[in-house]
Amino acid sequence: MRKALFIVVALMLTIGLAACGSNKDNNGGNANSGTENTGNASTGGNANAGGNANAGGETVSGQVLAAGSTALQPLVEQVSKKFMEDAKYSGVTVQVQGGGSGTGLTQVQGGQVNIGNSDIFAEEKFVDADADKAKELVDHQVAVVAMAAVVNKSVTVDNLTKQQLVDIFTGKVKNWKEVGGQDEKITIINRPSSSGTRKTFEKYALGTKSEDVAGSIQEDASGTVKKYVTDTPGAIGYLALSYLDDTVKTVKYEGVEPKEENIVTGDYPIWAYEHMYTKGEPDAATKAFLDYMVSDEVQKSDVTELGYIPVGNMKVKRDAAGAIVK
Amino acid sequence: MEQPAVNDQPRVHQRTTRTIAKPHVMEEWVGKVFTTLCVTVLVVTIAAIVYFVASHGLATFITDGVSLSGLLSGLKWDPEGDIPLYGALPFIFGSFSTSLLAAIIAAPLGVCAAVFMTQIMPGLGKRVLQPVIELLAGIPSVVFGFVGLSIVVPFLRSVFPGQGIGIAAGAIVLSFMILPTITTIATDALSNLQRGLKEGSFALGATRWQTIYRIVIPTTLPSLLTGVVLGMSRAFGEALAVQMVIGNAPHIPHSLFESASTLTSVITLDMGNTITGSTHNNALWSLALILLAMTFIFVFIVRFLERRNNR
Amino acid sequence: MSAKTADRIATAVIVAVSGLIVILLAGLLGYILFRGLPNISFHFLTSGPQTIKAGGGIGPQLFNSLFLLVLTLIITIPVGLGAGIYMSQYAKPGRVTDSIRLIVEVLSSFPSIVVGLFGLLVIVNIFGLGFSLFSGALALTVFNLPLMVRITEQAMNGVAREQKEASLALGLSRWKTITSVMLPIAMPAIVTGTILAAGRVFGEAAALLFTAGMSSPRLDFTNWNPLSPFSPLNPFRPAETLAVHIWKINSEGLAPDATQIAAGASAVLIIMVLIFNFSARWFGRYLHRKFTATK
Repeated sequence: MRKALFIVVALMLTIGLAACGSNKDNNGGNANSGTENTGNASTGGNANAGGNANAGGETVSGQVLAAGSTALQPLVEQVSKKFMEDAKYSGVTVQVQGGGSGTGLTQVQGGQVNIGNSDIFAEEKFVDADADKAKELVDHQVAVVAMAAVVNKSVTVDNLTKQQLVDIFTGKVKNWKEVGGQDEKITIINRPSSSGTRKTFEKYALGTKSEDVAGSIQEDASGTVKKYVTDTPGAIGYLALSYLDDTVKTVKYEGVEPKEENIVTGDYPIWAYEHMYTKGEPDAATKAFLDYMVSDEVQKSDVTELGYIPVGNMKVKRDAAGAIVK
Repeated sequence: MEQPAVNDQPRVHQRTTRTIAKPHVMEEWVGKVFTTLCVTVLVVTIAAIVYFVASHGLATFITDGVSLSGLLSGLKWDPEGDIPLYGALPFIFGSFSTSLLAAIIAAPLGVCAAVFMTQIMPGLGKRVLQPVIELLAGIPSVVFGFVGLSIVVPFLRSVFPGQGIGIAAGAIVLSFMILPTITTIATDALSNLQRGLKEGSFALGATRWQTIYRIVIPTTLPSLLTGVVLGMSRAFGEALAVQMVIGNAPHIPHSLFESASTLTSVITLDMGNTITGSTHNNALWSLALILLAMTFIFVFIVRFLERRNNR
Repeated sequence: MSAKTADRIATAVIVAVSGLIVILLAGLLGYILFRGLPNISFHFLTSGPQTIKAGGGIGPQLFNSLFLLVLTLIITIPVGLGAGIYMSQYAKPGRVTDSIRLIVEVLSSFPSIVVGLFGLLVIVNIFGLGFSLFSGALALTVFNLPLMVRITEQAMNGVAREQKEASLALGLSRWKTITSVMLPIAMPAIVTGTILAAGRVFGEAAALLFTAGMSSPRLDFTNWNPLSPFSPLNPFRPAETLAVHIWKINSEGLAPDATQIAAGASAVLIIMVLIFNFSARWFGRYLHRKFTATK
């Protein structure tokens, strides 16, 4: 009996692994799921939540799988918990995974997840040969995230102009005294070049690309960035407002404080949308979740609690190119 | 497992004369097929990974037109620039220097520990040192990164010029992680040494140190080196812990205390943020391919050393 | 300098270095436990995590880690034993065997991040298993399998030749000899090795970020039907393990007590590894006594 089981397991693995060599294009529901317990197909295959046709019915049910941006993950996860506790949506299961904006967009484009979370517009990620792929995706902007330049507490500067920031992040200015601070070397805590947070900061704060200055530190995770800014004397980095607290010092940008009233009017320009992309129009369960996400119930509580700004509060709008639309 | 055999009993009895060897043959056959299948699984797994990494990694050169020599020798990594540049030399340099330095730190420690456990105080070594080292092997890399960030980096920052991050910090964290590999293999090698050699040396009046230094270490050198190379190969592939302490600037650093990157750290940072199939993403797979090739090279070195040892 | 002095100095150095290693590790452990233990409570070990509020626990993560370990072992033990037995008993020495051994070595020193991405694109996407415990177990198999093979092969080779030959001479088949005579003798070494290897699985994070996923669905710990999506026993649900959780709250944690949770979770992880180590030792010794004393 045990022997037979072993052989079955071994065979399953062999077949499975052999298959990946040959059927690379075979996505989603494929021949292999037959080897697994078919009773679990609804949990195993991610893309089949759309199978529920009763869109107009009283109760929605199905599976929603969201993946992507790790920065957006805490918010979506928090909302998904509340969503599933709501009796109206008891039939819907929402799963939230990380992986990064690129992974999220790739997965939603490939149909493996229902929602792809991203820090930046899909048009900015799918470029050149892939530009068409962005057109299949439908954007759902769920929150606005603002960022602020933060410095170590040893730094005496409390305001930086655009030009000063550009000089710092391109390595032209290397000491705080050149921008009106004390005599201390500047340590840049940047993000990797692929990061959506870095793209937002470059686009709206610097207006130009920053350099990977020799000796600068690059970390993708906000927690690590914050730890480095807190611990390293003379450090400068940038964080989403949700991560700001009294361990780091927030600097003003062109004399404007990173506060909600300044952001909604567009006076403080370093902000971006948090996107939840779907491929084409969402199915019932996904739509219910996305609607819930932008409902007042969520926008007025969880979104603001987590340091984001509700989309509805914004008095200005932006398009993918970054131009302000009234 | 015995169940079917018992049920077969009467039938076998009836036909004793004709097929006495049958259950025997069946059993042999089942055993052989089962074990062969297991090995096949193993081989297929690795073949799948190699094929997969290679197919993505080579796409950079074939479809995206990045030149191999440019990737291997380019100094500037700027995949999101207006003119994307894919120079991976800083990462290759970072990976090599970090793992080499880690091996330089860990090898003497590991060999000392092994000598202690086998030659000096085997009792105490077995009871205290060995469990301690095995425990070290079990500490997860996330925890190592966390400790490195909270202890090693601030310590280096206060003692040396610079920000504490860099190759030195990475190497210190890695040396802890590879110490068990080096120690375990060194201990095995030293305890497998023929007793006659050592006793002969003692009989000739050599002191313990002379025996260790002149006889034990030279004879086991290939095995000791095997341990060091395996440790280096583990250091080469480590990602999360190194990424947290090395700084990740895509440049060849001027000192051990300046921000640097390794192949694994750049893969960890960028892979999730890029779109599958884009040139940037494929270039990261090329880096993974380099890692894979390095793993093969390390294994070949180990086998070469082992062969010398057996001779 | 006389040979005697050199001997004394060298011995002192070696003892000092060994002592240093013990002290460093004790310091390391002490640091992790000292920072983490004050945060551990029954509530911490049993309740679920919180995203923004303080007071989150690691209950589901702890369960997921253990469950994932069990799943991984269910896959790797039979396959690893089989392949190890093949390598030590059936394989003919030669080029093929050599290259298989090479493959095992390569597989075991594979960078975990590459395995994770392989898992994402092949197991999660192409096989359509999604972010699930099962995907995670398959990815971990890639690390664990080579270790199992090596452990089994070494343990089987360690069995005295006389014992094997005596069994064969009594007319037992080769397979019967392996399963009934050699395997029990090799068992203590295999069990110890397996448990030690399990410790590494327990702490793996990089490969799981992309396969088992970074979040857990709501779990209903009263529902033990493995087919229900809310059941903790369902192997096809996504699951965040303890190591992944530590990584996640260190990187994007928003809860005000994120540092304490990370410290506490690290301490729990270390304690689990300690338990694995001690149980491996104890169990190995127990089996050794059992198999050698009765025979």
